[in-house]
Amino acid sequence: MTAARSSLARSVAAHAILIAYTLIALFPVFVIVVNAFKARRDIFNTPLALPTPESFSLVGFETVTSQGNFLLYFQNSLIVTVVALACVLLFGAMAAFALSEYRFRGNTLMGLYLALGIMIPIRLGTVAILQIMVASGLVNTLTALILVYTAQGLPLAIFILSEFMRSVSDDLKNAGRVDGLSEYRIFFTLVLPLVRPALATVAVFTMIPIWNDLWFPLILAPAESTKTVTLGAQMFIGQFVTNWNAVLAALTLAIVPVLVLYLIFSRQLIRGITSGAVK
Amino acid sequence: MTALELSGIKKTFGSTDVLHGIDLTVEEGEFVIFVGPSGCGKSTLLRIIAGLEDASEGTVRIAGETVNATPPAKRGIAMVFQSYALYPHLTVKGNMSLAMKQEGAAKAEIEERVGTASRMLGLEPLLERRPAELSGGQRQRVAIGRAVVRKPKLFLFDEPLSNLDAALRVNTRLEIARLHRELAATMVYVTHDQVEAMTLADKIVVMNAGRIEQVGSPMELYNRPANTFVAGFIGSPQMNFLDAAALGDTTAKTIGIRPEHIAVSAEVGDLACEVTHIEQLGADTNLYLRNETVGPFTARLFGEHYFAPDSRVHVSFDRTKQHRFDTEGQAIR
Ligand SMILES: Nc1ncnc2c1ncn2[C@@H]1O[C@H](COP(=O)(O)OP(=O)(O)OP(=O)(O)O)[C@@H](O)[C@H]1O
Ligand SMILES: [Mg+2]
Repeated sequence: MTAARSSLARSVAAHAILIAYTLIALFPVFVIVVNAFKARRDIFNTPLALPTPESFSLVGFETVTSQGNFLLYFQNSLIVTVVALACVLLFGAMAAFALSEYRFRGNTLMGLYLALGIMIPIRLGTVAILQIMVASGLVNTLTALILVYTAQGLPLAIFILSEFMRSVSDDLKNAGRVDGLSEYRIFFTLVLPLVRPALATVAVFTMIPIWNDLWFPLILAPAESTKTVTLGAQMFIGQFVTNWNAVLAALTLAIVPVLVLYLIFSRQLIRGITSGAVK
Repeated sequence: MTALELSGIKKTFGSTDVLHGIDLTVEEGEFVIFVGPSGCGKSTLLRIIAGLEDASEGTVRIAGETVNATPPAKRGIAMVFQSYALYPHLTVKGNMSLAMKQEGAAKAEIEERVGTASRMLGLEPLLERRPAELSGGQRQRVAIGRAVVRKPKLFLFDEPLSNLDAALRVNTRLEIARLHRELAATMVYVTHDQVEAMTLADKIVVMNAGRIEQVGSPMELYNRPANTFVAGFIGSPQMNFLDAAALGDTTAKTIGIRPEHIAVSAEVGDLACEVTHIEQLGADTNLYLRNETVGPFTARLFGEHYFAPDSRVHVSFDRTKQHRFDTEGQAIR
């Protein structure tokens, strides 16, 4: 940085704002994680204190691992998230490619129709979705959740990816056509690698709401064998007594896989956000 | 044999007509260059020849075969793009051999052709590199090499030099000229740089607003332009268009006279005028002049000369080299 471009006061202010934002964003996570390692009494007495040797307790984790099928719930969540994510990325990218690459009648209309889902929450259709799932016998299956989440994630994915795909050089695609590559090869080997940062961005924005969702698991797949982590954690929240240790421990554990997935994508994500800014 | 034959090619995008009926034949071994202002449809025409775009009307015949319904890869063409368009995930060698692999050629044959092409273009030390590790000039050479490897019936170039800097442009231009001689291949080349057009072409096709204005050899276009558009487009600085009446010619509307066909002298000449600006380029000198009745015009003198701005000079037009145009802008012969 040159002196002309940065002053101490300005960079202090910028950092102060960023740090404040980080603290606010991390505070709930901090409270959950910290209290997951404390005894029940200490959670209520000193909710903001770090666990001390006296207050430290793993009772929550013990409850979680001994009661219920938490491993199964994790597995369900992971299957649903990963499969839905893969479907969203694959079909979203393919639809985006078609919309940005081919001129056909109704292209714009189709684009608008596919993007409509961004503005209309899928939950408005819950009753109809439930009826469809009942009619097709998919209630209490992971397939039901995967289908719904794929539908939920596609609009934004198509919207973002088609913008990015428009920026992929026409010459490159045409060179592929002249050299005899099929449209599928052009899509998979030339276009997809070039929009990888956008794919990562879409992946993160798609994945987190799916992992955290409570609504559809509760309605479409509440059976013991298909419960997801978020739904599973609810069993510790009773009408009269809530096992806070267990709830907090379950939530803490639930953060881990999504954090791992995020870290996988984040390198690409950062490149996506800054791409074009720096060459 | 005719290498390429276009008849009645029209192209419409939605409601805008981009090409209004193009007829053209290209003989085998010819180097044909499309020139014209930006947006006149040169690239669109090239893409129709390549099969990357469908013509709204008309037929494209390559080596005697109608190829309207043939996909690009089966037309026996190779194309070089302005932005190089190398496959970023493949090495130089991979880039050059991909098309042949797609055609299912034998490994040994691929090796041999890639070897020949890379020797021809001096690409041997670069074969294992990826496009990101190459300079702009090297990338364009690889793109040309990729076209050469295919041994196409028709080479198509879409402004291949416009992303290169001036020095590289001259080098690559020479390279392309040499390639054309060595391969004796038919080449169709799009540019809006008239120096490229004049130096490379056997035949120049001047296009304007989706129509062909004139087809001819560089010297034909320079010496006998068919209309004011071609006359103004070919030659630099531009031809002067002067009002015929002011020069005492009543049978023409406009007189065109090239800047290099004007003699300038401080003392004697047909026309007295004022110097408004002077550009000295060393090898030649451009004089911007103004006369009260004729208006502003440009003169180009060879060698070093100096006339102070605002001074008065006398000019004589070489009337044997003048071009006469009627009210429609068509040349009167
Ligand atoms: N896909 C398209 N949809 C609509 N109009 C198009 C499309 N492609 C080209 N055009 C229009 O067709 C006209 C000719 O375009 P083209 O690219 O052939 O011009 P060009 O002569 O190659 O110009 P340049 O020298 O700038 O490359 C332009 O007016 C352009 O706006
Ligand atoms: Mg063009």
